[in-house]
Amino acid sequence: MIIAVLALGLLAGASGLLLGFAAVRFKVEGDPIVEKIDAILPQTQCGQCGYAGCRPYAEAIAAGEAEINLCPPGGANGVAALADLLGRDSKSLNAEHLDKPKMLAVIDEQNCIGCTLCLQACPVDAILGAAKQMHTVIARECTGCELCIAPCPVDCIHMIPVTQTISTWKWRAPVIPVQAAA
Amino acid sequence: MNALKRLFPFHGGLKTVRHKAESNQSPIQPGALPRQLTVPLRQHIGAIAKPLVQPGDRVLKGQMIGQADGYISAAIHAPTSGIVAAVESRHVPHPSGLPDLCVVIDSDGEERWIDREPVDYRHRHPSELRNILRNAGIVGLGGAGFPSAVKLNLSGSDDLETLILNGAECEPWITCDDRLMRERAAGIVAGLRVMAHLLKPRDVLIGIEEDKPEAIAAMSEACAGTDYQVRPIPTRYPSGSVKQLVKLLTGKETPVEGLPVDVGVQCFNVATAYAVHRVVDHGEPLISRVVTVTGQVKQPGNIEALLGTAFADLVEQCGGYREGVERLIMGGPMMGFALHSDEVPVTKAANCILAASAAELTPEQPVMPCIRCSACVEVCPADLLPQQLYWHARAREFDKAQDHHLFSCIECGCCSYVCPSHIPLVQYYRYAKNEIWAQEKEKQKAELARQRHQARVERLEREKQEREAKLRQKAPAKAPLSPSPSPTRGEGSTVVVSDRDG
Repeated sequence: MIIAVLALGLLAGASGLLLGFAAVRFKVEGDPIVEKIDAILPQTQCGQCGYAGCRPYAEAIAAGEAEINLCPPGGANGVAALADLLGRDSKSLNAEHLDKPKMLAVIDEQNCIGCTLCLQACPVDAILGAAKQMHTVIARECTGCELCIAPCPVDCIHMIPVTQTISTWKWRAPVIPVQAAA
Repeated sequence: MNALKRLFPFHGGLKTVRHKAESNQSPIQPGALPRQLTVPLRQHIGAIAKPLVQPGDRVLKGQMIGQADGYISAAIHAPTSGIVAAVESRHVPHPSGLPDLCVVIDSDGEERWIDREPVDYRHRHPSELRNILRNAGIVGLGGAGFPSAVKLNLSGSDDLETLILNGAECEPWITCDDRLMRERAAGIVAGLRVMAHLLKPRDVLIGIEEDKPEAIAAMSEACAGTDYQVRPIPTRYPSGSVKQLVKLLTGKETPVEGLPVDVGVQCFNVATAYAVHRVVDHGEPLISRVVTVTGQVKQPGNIEALLGTAFADLVEQCGGYREGVERLIMGGPMMGFALHSDEVPVTKAANCILAASAAELTPEQPVMPCIRCSACVEVCPADLLPQQLYWHARAREFDKAQDHHLFSCIECGCCSYVCPSHIPLVQYYRYAKNEIWAQEKEKQKAELARQRHQARVERLEREKQEREAKLRQKAPAKAPLSPSPSPTRGEGSTVVVSDRDG
């Protein structure tokens, strides 16, 4: 009886030590699933999902607090990729955000008063300028998140669709008309 | 010797209709000098050239008007003397029909050249010689337009085994290389000599399809006394495609997503060799090329056109259109694309203008489901499974399409040609490739945005801490009797305060 208790106790103790050691030795920094989700998100940092940026949204998805269809810039492809990764059912994008064309913020430099409010709003530092100096958007860095629109006191920022050039043009999928059965 | 001359047939391919005789009977005509030339700044693969002129500038024939921007890019030159009328977006030959940046030159009719100096290539350093070719705007004239200076640079130390000159011209209707070889074989061989000087290959082979006996004879004559070998090859489309020609002549398979240079072979078009000859022996940059104008025009033939000449002018010079032209195609019927207008300029890649009537076009037939007959597999010269690629491309399963080596597809069109269900297979492959490239770009952009956002968050955090530290420095000075540091501060702040106190 005592031998059995001792043996089990020892076994339990040894396992406890082993597990305790493993927990310290093989500790995972952060949650890798968050990284994977974050890699799928488009990094516009626009906050349209209701979270403060792409990473917070990724964390919320990983914690099971958020749906996977809240990201309009990611589009239907993004939702499908998330569903694939997480093994959840694919959903259609939240109805109010349908696929929109890619947009680019443009500052009407004639009207800019140099208040720096848009500079502070831009999540990717894509607006260049200084106090009482004209501001301008670095087109290459702009993610089209629209966060700079609201703070502008003189409404001089507009979103324009990104124009297609020869280098961004794509062949489209062939469209085959459906034929009536003979 | 016979063993050396063995050919190694590639898999698949087609016997297509030839239609060469329409345009290869008369000599190359010089193109008429147009009143205005529209010279696109992007006539090659790689970055668009940087414009060097402004409206109102006077330019000489052969003067550089666009500078190569980056390693994979090419210079652009004024095709004639005159005045720059505009530097603006104009329509260019491209399947999208979108405009691109062009330099528009009003010709003054005087054809005044820049100072032309021949280059003694034997006494120049190879990199200097490559720079000369780069600044002369030499790109591959077979249709792809890849900057030649890049291909003439073997960055690795290993020698090149074989240099191949591509005179196959396998696509139906096109005869510009055929005429060039018949009439200017000596020039082509002179250019080839420069290339061989740079690359130092062990063998130099010239591949020409058997249906061009005059060209084979002319090239053989020009090669007499050299160790360059002219190799007649069977007439089988697409023998002029680089990887297939390499296989055919050397038996070497180019690795998947690799280049022929990986197996010690480099390949150039005959017209490119001729352009190199013009640079080295005459000091003339690339400002013209031979264009086949054929199909439903009154006098089909080949014209040596200045780059920037409108296609409409070339058709005019060939007597104008015949009745029933349905579509204007740049390149051949297999790999070319339909143009949106004939008011687009000749570029370095423009080897042929085909005015096609309904008879030349495959009639639009109803597309039917794939029946898995695998006729496409039998003709695919790249040894792919076109029906699988189609399946995955249609389903937008691009990763699976890539697993089936989508990017080894050369878009030769053999599969679409034989498909009994009339499925536009190549269109699906182009679509899938473009989507994959676009996704790749998107991913890079997202990565950049992520880094910038991260940097911003870190910066804001740092600024906040600095501000707080400053505040704390001031706080004890102002209120030395303050009982305790603010409870909301973190651990770090207490340390700072106590340091100061002590």
